[in-house]
Amino acid sequence: MVLSAIFFYLFSAVVIASGVMVIGARNPVHSVLFLILAFVNAAGLFVLLGAEFLAMILIVVYVGAVAVLFLFVVMMLDVDFVELRQGFLNYLPVGGLIGIVLLAELLLVVAGWTFAGDTMPTSPAPAGMSNTAALGEILYTKYIYFFQAAGMVLLVAMVGAIVLTLRHRESVKRQSIADQVARTPATAIEVRKVESGKGI
Amino acid sequence: MYSAIVFLPLLGAIIAGAISIFGAHERTRPAVTNGHGHRRGRGHGEGENGADEHGHDHEPAAVGSRQAEYITSGFLIISAVLSWIAFFTVGLGDEPTQRYQVFNWFSSGTLSVDWALRIDTLTVVMLVVVNTVSSVVHVYSIGYMSHDPNRPRFFAYLSLFTFAMLSLVTADNLVQLFFGWEGVGLASYLLIGFWYQRPAANAAAIKAFVVNRVGDFGFALGIFAVFVVFNSVEFETIFANAPTIAGTRMQFLSWNVDTMTVICLLLFLGAMGKSAQFLLHTWLPDAMEGPTPVSALIHAATMVTAGVFMVARLSPLFEQAPTALAFVTLIGGTTAFFAATIGLVQNDIKRVIAYSTCSQLGYMFVAMGVGAYSIGMFHLFTHAFFKALLFLGAGSVIHAMSDEQDMRKMGGLRKVIPKTYWMMVIGSLALTGFPLTAGYYSKDAIIEASFVGTNTFAGYAFVMSTAAAMLTAFYSWRLIFMTFHGKPRASAEVMNHAHESPLVMLVPLYVLGLGALFGGMVFYNFFIGTGFEDFWKGAVFFSEENHTLEEMHHIPFWVVWAPTTMMVIGTAIAYWFYMVNTDVPKQLAARNDWLYRFLLNKWYFDELYDFLFVRSLKWLGRFLWKRGDGWLIDGFGPDGVSARVMDTTARIVKLQSGYLYHYAFAMLIGVAFLVTYLMFAA
Amino acid sequence: MTMFPDLLPALPEILLAVGALALLMIGVFVGEKSTSLINGLSIALLVVAGIAVIAGPGGGVTFSDAFILDPFARFMKVLALIGSAIAIVMSIGYARARKFERFEYPVLIVIATLGMLMMISANDLIAVYLGLELQSLSLYVIAAINRDSVRSTEAGLKYFVLGALSSGMLLYGASLVYGFTGTTTFAGIASALTAEGASLGLVFGLVFLIAGLAFKISAVPFHMWTPDVYEGAPTPVTAFFAAAPKVAAVALFVRVVVGPFAPITHDWQQILSFLAIASMVLGAFAAIGQRNIKRLMAYSSIGHMGYALVGLAAGSEAGVQGVILYVSIYLAMTVGAFACILSMRRREGMTYEINDLAGLAKTHPVMAFMFAAILFSLAGIPPLAGFFAKFYVFLAAIEAELYVLAVIGVVASVIGAYYYLRIIKIMYFDDPATSFEPMPTELRVVLGVSGAFVLFFIIFAGPLGGAAGLAAQTFFPTG
Repeated sequence: MVLSAIFFYLFSAVVIASGVMVIGARNPVHSVLFLILAFVNAAGLFVLLGAEFLAMILIVVYVGAVAVLFLFVVMMLDVDFVELRQGFLNYLPVGGLIGIVLLAELLLVVAGWTFAGDTMPTSPAPAGMSNTAALGEILYTKYIYFFQAAGMVLLVAMVGAIVLTLRHRESVKRQSIADQVARTPATAIEVRKVESGKGI
Repeated sequence: MYSAIVFLPLLGAIIAGAISIFGAHERTRPAVTNGHGHRRGRGHGEGENGADEHGHDHEPAAVGSRQAEYITSGFLIISAVLSWIAFFTVGLGDEPTQRYQVFNWFSSGTLSVDWALRIDTLTVVMLVVVNTVSSVVHVYSIGYMSHDPNRPRFFAYLSLFTFAMLSLVTADNLVQLFFGWEGVGLASYLLIGFWYQRPAANAAAIKAFVVNRVGDFGFALGIFAVFVVFNSVEFETIFANAPTIAGTRMQFLSWNVDTMTVICLLLFLGAMGKSAQFLLHTWLPDAMEGPTPVSALIHAATMVTAGVFMVARLSPLFEQAPTALAFVTLIGGTTAFFAATIGLVQNDIKRVIAYSTCSQLGYMFVAMGVGAYSIGMFHLFTHAFFKALLFLGAGSVIHAMSDEQDMRKMGGLRKVIPKTYWMMVIGSLALTGFPLTAGYYSKDAIIEASFVGTNTFAGYAFVMSTAAAMLTAFYSWRLIFMTFHGKPRASAEVMNHAHESPLVMLVPLYVLGLGALFGGMVFYNFFIGTGFEDFWKGAVFFSEENHTLEEMHHIPFWVVWAPTTMMVIGTAIAYWFYMVNTDVPKQLAARNDWLYRFLLNKWYFDELYDFLFVRSLKWLGRFLWKRGDGWLIDGFGPDGVSARVMDTTARIVKLQSGYLYHYAFAMLIGVAFLVTYLMFAA
Repeated sequence: MTMFPDLLPALPEILLAVGALALLMIGVFVGEKSTSLINGLSIALLVVAGIAVIAGPGGGVTFSDAFILDPFARFMKVLALIGSAIAIVMSIGYARARKFERFEYPVLIVIATLGMLMMISANDLIAVYLGLELQSLSLYVIAAINRDSVRSTEAGLKYFVLGALSSGMLLYGASLVYGFTGTTTFAGIASALTAEGASLGLVFGLVFLIAGLAFKISAVPFHMWTPDVYEGAPTPVTAFFAAAPKVAAVALFVRVVVGPFAPITHDWQQILSFLAIASMVLGAFAAIGQRNIKRLMAYSSIGHMGYALVGLAAGSEAGVQGVILYVSIYLAMTVGAFACILSMRRREGMTYEINDLAGLAKTHPVMAFMFAAILFSLAGIPPLAGFFAKFYVFLAAIEAELYVLAVIGVVASVIGAYYYLRIIKIMYFDDPATSFEPMPTELRVVLGVSGAFVLFFIIFAGPLGGAAGLAAQTFFPTG
């Protein structure tokens, strides 16, 4: 128990510290790297909870795909963060005040925290079933509605990306496989008799 | 029958009004030439004086003018005939007051007002006066207005006036009386301003209306007071309870005053306005801007006598308020004398008659004031005839002189328009009280009554009215002499054009002439003679102590003859001044310049009022407008509010900076605020 | 465990989802020239879904309590479907004139509508979020659909970023609520609150939840995106934004606060009162300063959402009925107004300056009259529809003893009347500007129906009010 508690606090502290650094780092690439660190530590928290499937998904999807994509974008766009920060000091007093107020209130909330009876599941997965299997079992039955709805959301995201970015340029020649396949000798070959010495 | 008398004129007014509206539409179409379409020059100002009135391309009259005239006049004649029948039925019969309910007008709480016709002798006398003069004026107007393009409107107004006047005299309660009272005021306003193209006519119409507001305000207060005291506005109830109220006191403003006195004074204030009595008289001479038949009907015979009628109608109340009666006498006597003095020097033929009317109304109030209600009513009755006659005669003169009203530009018309001349003479005789004419009976009776009257101001009234008798004779004959005798002072063109009026205008004169000559003689006995109690049957009230009528027969010989003597003296002076030695008036005027100016400018009342009320009110109005409304209310009200709104708007619009982080920040502030609020407020 | 869920209550949603996928396929394979076909099919699909709502079952809970169908849901779904269908109708002419015919546009509207229906039927916090996100994501894309226009792109981006922020708030709030009640289903939350009352943290969560919802109905201070997005997005998109999504968001708002949080009505009443007052006042004041009619409509919608919140703040059955009526009437008025705005087209292009409406009464008398009627109605002049809308919500507020709220509402609507009347004044009393092109037929129809609704509302106020009352009873079974 003690061991898991130690790791819990370790992971949590690193997540929070990384979060702060994501905002505070001067170099945007550093920010993204700190973001990756936060993800990894969050995955560690999942492991502590016994949700190893989610932990792995987090590593694979967020660290492997999303964060790397972020890195590419940040490096290619050459965002001038110094310029973005110019107004920072102007807004610091008000922003800081709001932040402090919200933080203070959150502390008040946490101070009065009472756990509802069944908030903490005693066991993350039914016995005799792997983590993945348990997720699948529930995802496609009880939560089928949410699953399908999430699917629609992702579809929209995809459609949106295509709608907003894909351009058909008229001047570009494209390969049309269907046309290639549908070609017959009749359409593809023309037989001509060439008289000698005259050319076509 | 009584309903027919009252409502036929209304029907006529509606029909003529419809024709007028329809005709106005028709006339806007081009190329509608109408056979009897002529326009009178004065419809469009005095500039056309003396121009050929006939034959030029006049503006065509409204379609249906002829029908409108015939319909309204026809209805009025029927009404008049019915009125005479009613007069004899009620006057000679022995039925007391009758009441015909038409419908319940409204009821609210304890206030319930019926629309009912109260028929008693007082009513039928007024019915006869109103309907006779009105029908005569209607017929006369057919001739007089024959060149005006807006005749249907004119006749609609005339009939509307008649209806309002009839509902006034047949009223069974104070509210209905007030309806008629305001109705005639409205009709008077419309008719004075009939030639609305002329600024003077508009100004006069507004003046008449506004001055009457003063009186009507008092009248309305009086009605409220009556309702407060009697808890009813029905005449029956009020009259029955009047003696019990007498002597009680009430709070008025901050004074504790005698109930009946304050009620009667307030009501009399209304009468003063309507009947153009001293202090509230200024509108009447100006009202002469209206067409002459209107002056005859409204500003001589009927509407202005409404005040007299009202006092007579409410005699049971006034009898309980001796102080109020004394005030009535004072005002009446003052007006009789004061108006007559102004009449002496006026040059406008209609204004002379107008001041004469004012003066005669003063006589009537003197009669009322000393408690001789029947005599006052008698004078009202006879006065209606001879004053209407004078006005219509003056109209005939004006008609003949191509709309000239200034007597200094007349003269020598006796030969040119003899019939009109004789009618005017009859009217003047009656007015001055020449023996055996109508005025002789009624006016002398008033003077006698004031002699025997017992209240504080009766003696004053006697002196004033006797002096006024002389002045009356003087200005009446001055008018006749200046207009009809001597050498013509008008231009040759006008004189050549002068012509006797058509028959349709003369017949009304004859009818009224008959009334002026014999009205007094025939009805003397009924009204104030020995048969008066049978005739009135309590329609006018006499208290136990009121013996005026009886004592009148026991007065010194000199009093009987005083008015007549005065009349003779006045006539003689007039003859001397204007027939024998025409230089005397001028010398007199030159020698007493200030007096002459004082009289000519009508005692400077218009100037005084202009200074006291018009200017000060205008100043106050300007102050309230600029400072009060413009600065205070607009500044802090609409304008200020809208300016603040615009400021706020400008500030709020600035919030919308377009920066994303501002927007996001706004959301965070909102959340933080809400969380904080809920945490600490809840 | 393996019981198959009852699909019948969700039939309209399933129809829309399957239909949207099919339309997408058609579009992809047929290409750009299929746009008008897909437009027509999308409208048909929405109509069929509407019929399925009306003819389908009257109620039911399915998908493990995540989805609920009740009279309220049916009423609001019909409204949302009408709003979406009209939005597609109104876009046809514009898209053709401006040469941006994209087959994805109607498909995205259908998917957004699917999201709306899911919001309306949400019975679980996760369902709330998914429905909301499905709708919002579609809207972000639609806002930027004219990708060659900087303004349109800017509008889409701003909407997206702020929307993401609001979604974050919503999720944060939802997770707090979950943490304090141990469940995400509405029924569970309600019973937990009844049993234990509201803790501080739950109120905290509620505020964040409401902040997320308020963003969707553009209530102050979560409104900032509205004017920029309304102005920047292509006009038919703005017309769509102003109508159907507002209906769905208000429905969701009602469902969330009146359903699971009924036990702590007093707490959210205060939040809603604040939002309502701020929205009404800001909507009234800020609109006065606008020259662009689309921005003006943005502030107008902010103000109107404030009025709708007045009814919701009352927290009573009458209040909910007032809200339902309010959004119904608002929908009718706003599509009519946008039909007019879409007709502000000259030969050289669209114009959005209010002053360009000058003298419309002389050049297009019928359009001017209808527009004037709609503006009077928006201002709340009796006997037009807008008056009754305001009347019901203010009445509910007074019955709930929220006098300050009602008084401020009336004052704000007086101030707000100014800018509506100003447009009428410009149309009727100013010298005519260059005339607009004739109105396209489909806009005429929309304007005619909307104008007739506004003008003759008094005739069908009874049946509509009855239906709204029935819908409102959903939340107050005993009352």
